[in-house]
Amino acid sequence: MLFFSYFKDLMGREVTVELKNDLAIRGTLHSVDQYLNIKLENTRVVDQDKYPHMLSVRNCFIRGSVVRYVQLPPDGVDIELLHDATRREARGG
Amino acid sequence: MSWAGPDDIFLSTSLATYLDTNVVLEGACERVIVGDLYCDIPLGLYVIRGENVVIIGELDLEKEELPSRMNPVSEDEIKRAQKAEREATDLKGSMRKRMEFLDFD
Repeated sequence: MLFFSYFKDLMGREVTVELKNDLAIRGTLHSVDQYLNIKLENTRVVDQDKYPHMLSVRNCFIRGSVVRYVQLPPDGVDIELLHDATRREARGG
Repeated sequence: MSWAGPDDIFLSTSLATYLDTNVVLEGACERVIVGDLYCDIPLGLYVIRGENVVIIGELDLEKEELPSRMNPVSEDEIKRAQKAEREATDLKGSMRKRMEFLDFD
């Protein structure tokens, strides 16, 4: 639940989602759900020549289970806050 | 439009519904891309189990779907291109395995 809340706070920010199949997609975080499925708006693929499949895709839904990384803006993280929250979650959970 | 992962299958369609990411596609077609060649193979009505779904992307109909350098070819030709690409990667893999056995640095 922690990262669900964390991503909800990040809505509207620009992120890059890297998938397990090595595809990287940049876009604005539109929404997230309990499975950490991600909806991105204004998407563009990072390496467009290697992955021509999605040239005309502007909005997409990404299943949570296929995400490897979500690359965040550097000012998107309050590291201390996140650190404390994860420590609490690990202890309590 | 959706792109299901493991075997690089790319499906395009005009209608989709989903629940826990299970998808029903009407008028689905598989777009096989090998290098600069592509081919759309019609599939009809498809049910995709959610665990196989990678991305569901909304196509902007005003934009070009594919770069202009790409050429449409027939199903037979794309199957031959796929086979050639697979053989090339298999050959590279077996050559590498032979090198690893010899333990060069």
